[in-house]
Amino acid sequence: MLTYTAKRIGLALLVALAVSALAFLALRASGDVAIALAGEGARAEDIENIRKIYGLDRPLVVQYVEWLWNMLRGDFGQSLYFKTDVLSLVLDKLPTTLYLALFSLIFSLAISVPLGVLAAVYPNSWIDRTCLTLAVVGQAMPNFFFALILVMVLAVWFHLLPVSGSETWAHFVMPTIALGYYVAPPFMRLVRAGMIEVLASDYVRTARAKGLSAASIIGKHALRNALVPIVALAAVQLGYLLGGSVVIETIFALDGLGYLAFTSITHLDIPVTQSIVALLSFVYVGLTLAADLANAWLDPRIRVG
Amino acid sequence: MLTLSRLFVAAALAAACVSTPALASKKDNTIRFAYDQVPENVDPYFNNVRIGVIIGQHVWDTLIYRDPKTNEYKGQLATSWKWVDDKTLEFELRHGVKFHNGEEFDADDVVYTLNFVSDPANKSTTPANVNWIEKAEKIDKYKVRIHTKQPFPAAIEYLAGPVVIHPNEYYAKVGPKGMNEKPVGSGPYRVTEHAIGKYIRLERNPDYFKDSPKGQPKIDKIEIRFIPDRQTQVAEVLSGGVDMIMNVPFDQAEQMKAAPNVKVVSGETMRIAFLHFDILDNTPQPALKDIRVRKAISHAIDRESMVKQIVGAGSRVLNTQCFPSQFGCTDEGAPRYNYDPAKSKALLAEAGFPNGFDVDLYAYRERNQTEAIIGYLRAVGIRANLRFMQYAAMRDAARQGKAPILHQTWGSFSVNDVSASTPVYFKFAPDDITRDAEVRDLLQKGDSNIDPNVRKEAYKKALALIAEKAYSLPLYSLTTYYVATKDLDFVAYADEMPRFWEMTYK
Repeated sequence: MLTYTAKRIGLALLVALAVSALAFLALRASGDVAIALAGEGARAEDIENIRKIYGLDRPLVVQYVEWLWNMLRGDFGQSLYFKTDVLSLVLDKLPTTLYLALFSLIFSLAISVPLGVLAAVYPNSWIDRTCLTLAVVGQAMPNFFFALILVMVLAVWFHLLPVSGSETWAHFVMPTIALGYYVAPPFMRLVRAGMIEVLASDYVRTARAKGLSAASIIGKHALRNALVPIVALAAVQLGYLLGGSVVIETIFALDGLGYLAFTSITHLDIPVTQSIVALLSFVYVGLTLAADLANAWLDPRIRVG
Repeated sequence: MLTLSRLFVAAALAAACVSTPALASKKDNTIRFAYDQVPENVDPYFNNVRIGVIIGQHVWDTLIYRDPKTNEYKGQLATSWKWVDDKTLEFELRHGVKFHNGEEFDADDVVYTLNFVSDPANKSTTPANVNWIEKAEKIDKYKVRIHTKQPFPAAIEYLAGPVVIHPNEYYAKVGPKGMNEKPVGSGPYRVTEHAIGKYIRLERNPDYFKDSPKGQPKIDKIEIRFIPDRQTQVAEVLSGGVDMIMNVPFDQAEQMKAAPNVKVVSGETMRIAFLHFDILDNTPQPALKDIRVRKAISHAIDRESMVKQIVGAGSRVLNTQCFPSQFGCTDEGAPRYNYDPAKSKALLAEAGFPNGFDVDLYAYRERNQTEAIIGYLRAVGIRANLRFMQYAAMRDAARQGKAPILHQTWGSFSVNDVSASTPVYFKFAPDDITRDAEVRDLLQKGDSNIDPNVRKEAYKKALALIAEKAYSLPLYSLTTYYVATKDLDFVAYADEMPRFWEMTYK
């Protein structure tokens, strides 16, 4: 287990390093920061001046190593656009995004678990078909499109909710639904498949033979076992939620990390964009690592392989 | 995406027709306005976005005010001014004006603000607005002089625009960062709350000085929210969540005219569109060095039809590269390139391109207009390949000599003087890709002479020469569309500045 853990951690660190280097290079390739900073109407000498002030005239490798080293020490640099400390900017926006991700995950489980169970209990019935349709639609429809439909119906038509902003809980309802539905289909499929398998197993047959009620069999015996892989999937889906928040937060003008990412991308604010990309990919790598280790701990066969 | 947004507006309109939102804003005498960009700092010297200019003119005042209806200059924080010599402006300042924090306005405020922002060490984000200032000097409590580095007749225009006055004691204490967090000015509105990145809230300044040419504000409160997504803004205004949005795309605005609770107002802006040709030695398309080819392109495009069909109400075709209201702008003596595809083909054949040629066309906004241009060019045999990108990337390509033809636009920072427009592209500046020394010298004369008649004559010659040589093809002025709640009374000005202090509810 120890060797396995060490190997996994080493691999995760390598992935994180590769991602940070890729993010750094890709962002540098996307445009000239000095020109973006200078803005419309700047003269050549203004741009040269900016290049010197921000150290953008040095070799890329030097800039990358410096950035990485500073980041490891907790110094994420200064935002080129907002002219403030990147770390405080990111920490300021993080709670909104975490709330949104958490609410969306809860919402997504709250719809996918019951629907998945129903689909498994009545396989190939109209209930199953309806659930399948919902899953396919959720998977196929771009989340920004679904968000616009929600806005139209709930805000423009019925005036039930505010369209955009992040001041009250009501502002979180539509983003939660839009984002939660976006990640729900894989949960639904997994619950359905797991339940069908479990319901066909011997111990469920035994439970039925003992004369237990259907509710008790499904809820107590079957669902518990079917839920195990859901936990691992949730870790992965959380990554998608963080990624999806860029689009959803921008549509609903929710002042979170995703919105900040959008703003900093449009203004070529490279230190902020880099930090967000690095932060989110580290979270993703961390979650995957945790899931790997948990699985290995649960199932010894994985460690050997 | 365009079709999707159209679909959305259509559906949202259908929805809006069956339900009318409550008019809370009218009752509260409040305007809630949404804008898509977040200013990096609301201190007018430390942002270069339009919303920054809008906030700037509400929270702060300038020495001089330009009446947007007559273009006449009036005293605002100054009561009078005169040129003492070629490089010295003298101002008499207004007595009894107070900043929002109670600080009294006098010469110290002017001197401190101008010396601070024009010092390159303080890294103003809009250096072009202040780098003409050599220094400001106090003569007495209510008299100051501004010394310019070179003779700079457009100074008046800048002092009536982006150059606002800060309270010196407060600014010295908090700096631009503190000014962003808690802005203090002397303008018709004061800031009550600035939630950075989310919204800024203003309320009427009850002590606003009586004689201000801006007049006394009538609306009690203004809330400016930052909403990046266009569809969300449309939904907000249709659902009554905000009272006004601007820069709505032409097609969406036309659709929204059908909504019962909003009105659509369009107006011409100072932003002009033009095609710019790279004719330098290393141009990627040497054909452009031939004047007949450039004239052929000029005759190939039906600008009148474009204005009518896709640019929108208020736009007009231009014959010289400047906005007509700008000082020195004229198309007198400049040739007219009417739409004449046959002539265009003949010119191409004469230049040795009977079958046309391939060329990259760089563009960054109003993509549908660029596509129309590509269609016109194709009709005469020029196969233009669209290279659509962000503004900064396009400008980078132009400066590196990679862009043979650019579909450019320029807004002159709303400065009503040719010096803020034509010279940017023709005075051997980084964006000059034609480099004609004669044009440069004429523009230099216009930029630096104090005599208005000499200036006008120099600009007229420069503009005519540019048009004659077809270094660029001026296309048309662009328009902007405002969508607002039906009861709000307002005027759409060419400088793209909503003036909330003038607005009222019916």
